[in-house]
Amino acid sequence: MEHKIIDVQDVVIRFAGDSGDGMQLTGSLFANMSAIYGNGLSTFPDYPAEIRAPQGTVSGVSGFQVHIGSEKVNTPGDYCDLLVAMNPAALMANAKWCKRNAMILVDEDSFDEAGLRKAGFKTDNPFAELGVDDRVLVVVPITTLTEESLKDSGMDIKAIHKCKNMFTLGMACFVYDRPLDYIFEYLESKFAKKHPEVIEPNKKVLKDGFNYAANLQVIADTYHIAPSHPKKGTYRNITGNQAVAWGLLAASEKSGLPLFCGSYPITPATGILEELAIHKSLGAKTLQAEDEIAGICTAIGASYAGNLAVTTTSGPGLSLKTEALGLAVMAELPLVVVDVQRAGPSTGIPTKTEQTDLNQALYGRNGECPIPVIAAHSPANCFDAAFTAAKIALEHMTPVMLLSEGFLGNGSEPWLIPSMKDYPVIKPPFAKSLGADGKFKPFERDPETLVPRWAIPGQKGFEHRVGGLEKNHDGVLSSDPANHALMVAEREAKVQKIADFIPELEVDGPASGKLLVVGWGGTFGHILSAVHEVREAGMTVSRAHFDYIYPVPRNTGKVLAGFEKILVCELNSGQFANYLRTLFPTADIVKCNKVQGQPFLVNEIVDAIKEEL
Amino acid sequence: MATLSFKDFKSDQEVRWCPGCGDHAVLAALQRALPKVSQALNYEKERYVVVSGIGCSSRLPYYMDTYGFHGIHGRATAISTGIKVANPWLTVWQACGDGDALAIGGNHFIHAIRRNIDINIILFNNRIYGLTKGQYSPTSKFGAITKTSPYGTVEHPFNPGSLVLGAKGTFFARSLDVELKLNEEIMTAAALHDGTSVMEMLTNCVIFNDGAHREISDPEVRADRTIVLRAGEKMIFGKNRDRGLVYDGRKIRAVHIGEGGYSEEDILVHDPHSDNIGLHMALADMKGPDYPVALGVIRDVRDVTYDDGVRDQVKDVMLKSKIHCVDDLLHSGSTWEVE
Ligand SMILES: Cc1ncc(C[n+]2csc(CCOP(=O)(O)OP(=O)(O)O)c2C)c(N)n1
Ligand code: SF4
Ligand SMILES: [Mg+2]
Repeated sequence: MEHKIIDVQDVVIRFAGDSGDGMQLTGSLFANMSAIYGNGLSTFPDYPAEIRAPQGTVSGVSGFQVHIGSEKVNTPGDYCDLLVAMNPAALMANAKWCKRNAMILVDEDSFDEAGLRKAGFKTDNPFAELGVDDRVLVVVPITTLTEESLKDSGMDIKAIHKCKNMFTLGMACFVYDRPLDYIFEYLESKFAKKHPEVIEPNKKVLKDGFNYAANLQVIADTYHIAPSHPKKGTYRNITGNQAVAWGLLAASEKSGLPLFCGSYPITPATGILEELAIHKSLGAKTLQAEDEIAGICTAIGASYAGNLAVTTTSGPGLSLKTEALGLAVMAELPLVVVDVQRAGPSTGIPTKTEQTDLNQALYGRNGECPIPVIAAHSPANCFDAAFTAAKIALEHMTPVMLLSEGFLGNGSEPWLIPSMKDYPVIKPPFAKSLGADGKFKPFERDPETLVPRWAIPGQKGFEHRVGGLEKNHDGVLSSDPANHALMVAEREAKVQKIADFIPELEVDGPASGKLLVVGWGGTFGHILSAVHEVREAGMTVSRAHFDYIYPVPRNTGKVLAGFEKILVCELNSGQFANYLRTLFPTADIVKCNKVQGQPFLVNEIVDAIKEEL
Repeated sequence: MATLSFKDFKSDQEVRWCPGCGDHAVLAALQRALPKVSQALNYEKERYVVVSGIGCSSRLPYYMDTYGFHGIHGRATAISTGIKVANPWLTVWQACGDGDALAIGGNHFIHAIRRNIDINIILFNNRIYGLTKGQYSPTSKFGAITKTSPYGTVEHPFNPGSLVLGAKGTFFARSLDVELKLNEEIMTAAALHDGTSVMEMLTNCVIFNDGAHREISDPEVRADRTIVLRAGEKMIFGKNRDRGLVYDGRKIRAVHIGEGGYSEEDILVHDPHSDNIGLHMALADMKGPDYPVALGVIRDVRDVTYDDGVRDQVKDVMLKSKIHCVDDLLHSGSTWEVE
């Protein structure tokens, strides 16, 4: 049958099914294939909180959203053009994300009486019940067709059912005019050693799905998303957690210091520890500690012993690390603390994303306890953010907090692979000389940067003691009031001085005007897309994104002063907005907030911008 | 290498413990033991790092002229672990109190032992919270009257030895603060031991728990109520050295030599290197009135250590992996070219 191929700029596809339906794999395969094809790309997995929630229920639905475009895409997309729902629960949970003209592809075999009831449908017409019966409904007996496709394969029925996702993927590939070669190659390399017998069946199902779609009346049009023309070079896909791990390894290489990571598993940060655990070949040592406190304390010990020390966690774990953060501040030791934020407070919604730990990062310690805070703004940017965090920690002798988000950690995007020769060498201030009395002074500071020097155990003649008790420049215990005041002020000033070493805040758009839209962290892509949309509608608006939160870039006051209003968009109730208000009381700051455990939708920001213009 | 002496390990800081505090003697023993250890192992002074938590006893690093880390309450063991894993060449000593190691830091303590990381932990057990001025600790006796238990505690204490051996510790020794010679011996043995060494020092707190271990430490009763275990020696004790430990097929018993049919032949010989953790556990558990309290090195066995394991695995993977630098890493796995 003849199909019309329509060229489109971008499409969003959401694969949804039971935890066991392999939707994460299906989504990543579709994404990787599109990346190799040359499309712009952003993905976001949406896991259920339970590992094996009851089959067929809404709480057990696992999703993976892929946004592909002819140009660079900045977000995983708000609403989808194609929803793949492997069972009624997946439809129930995801129908609300369908565009008005979306296609919905479901496995008819799972839409039986029992399946519908389990998902919570009251009638026998789930599409009407959800108000999506006007979309393009592709209702296909995927289970039966997969069984049919593999009936001569000699595989048992359980194994055959595991191939359903390949049939679906084949269909999606037809709809979006994707070549199948990449998936063939993937199947061959993945299973060549351990399960060569599954390669051919999977290929067959994939092709059968593709061909089946080609013969379907209801799929009248197919879509082509032309490859973009990105910069020349070698690309790869990378998730935020992977990028954090690799950025830290890069900092280890550029500083010549072995990497040590002491962490305790916690969603959504675990991926960083897991990734580092693989790369022992680069000298990285990972220690899965007995709790988060041990995670950070082993890292502090490793830092004292001269390693590039890191601890990775998420909100509840950061709470546990609080006291030890103060110790690292007092001992003035380099340490990178990565917080992959999730929905809180307490255990909150572990698998969902938020930016609600900013206050904790900035202020969550006893005493006056300054710690620089920086934030990553996209999955690939996590690499540079982690590298920078380590560089600041090592060169300024301070713990540094790197804020990531579940959305970034698990999300992925194509990345033009950089070359390490383009990254700066990291030069920690190693101690080289002793004081006039022949002793090392652990808290004597460089007059310009206020950074103390680093003497590492094993260095002859530099024996000294550090710890949480207040000391003077010589490293001798002191409860002298004037000395305490001095040390408090110096620790703060040392961190403020970092502003001299970080880039200035850039403004996208006119340097002054009516409205500046401000964000930090993982809202980057959504704000960028929203600002583009508003501009396309003919309005003028500027945008600035903060990668450096504490200290803020030096020109921040000047930038803010250029605008009548500042709209701060963030996934909390206004923590960064309030922080900016304290720093710049004369700026007219308004807020755009969301605390639902979900990323912004671009149109939510568009609406907020329009309201202020 | 220049030989080191007692003085080399003494810092210029004024020792601030109360006069008569048991911690003084333990510090002195350590400052005497380390020169011997240095001689035996050919260690320079810069190789030592002394770590502690918070408490009176945790002030110890300031009094040692070595690298030192005064940590936070309970976390010394985690800090020591990080130091040792980061640089296994360093030799790590740790000072911590009974509250520090067994209450707030109990988790780190048992996990270090489980991992058998090569650190030397001196556990200052004065059965009280000294620094915070006299609250009961996890080793305070049942019924102890302290500031937070004015009517007596209603909870059982830990026996640190049982805890260590329960976690399959590879080295456990116990001693009294005043036993300077024995403590030097124990510390030297701990230094030679590869793995986590726990040395329980029964210390006195003259201010808040005076006579913390009086029932065994008083000179008149010490010989009868304690037994010093030494490798290869018979387990004999008593003022007149006429008592000993025997094994009756079911459990150990304290007997009078020459009575009840027991002769010196029957007395057990101590073997801290034996695999028999059950016997070591029984020895560590002994208490009055039926038994003497065991002092000396009770257990000292070899097992793989965590720091070696981490280091060897890194070496091993380095040899096998194709990824030797970050550029290799960035290009590993699936990539694609844009022309
Ligand atoms: C997080 C924290 N909680 C409580 C304290 C208060 N504190 C300091 S030392 C200590 C107990 C000290 O007892 P122990 O560990 O037995 O050491 P000792 O002073 O007896 O040598 C306590 C409760 C603290 N410093 N930090
Ligand atoms: S209070 Fe007790 S433990 Fe602390 S220094 Fe004085 S005697 Fe020693
Ligand atoms: Mg105590």
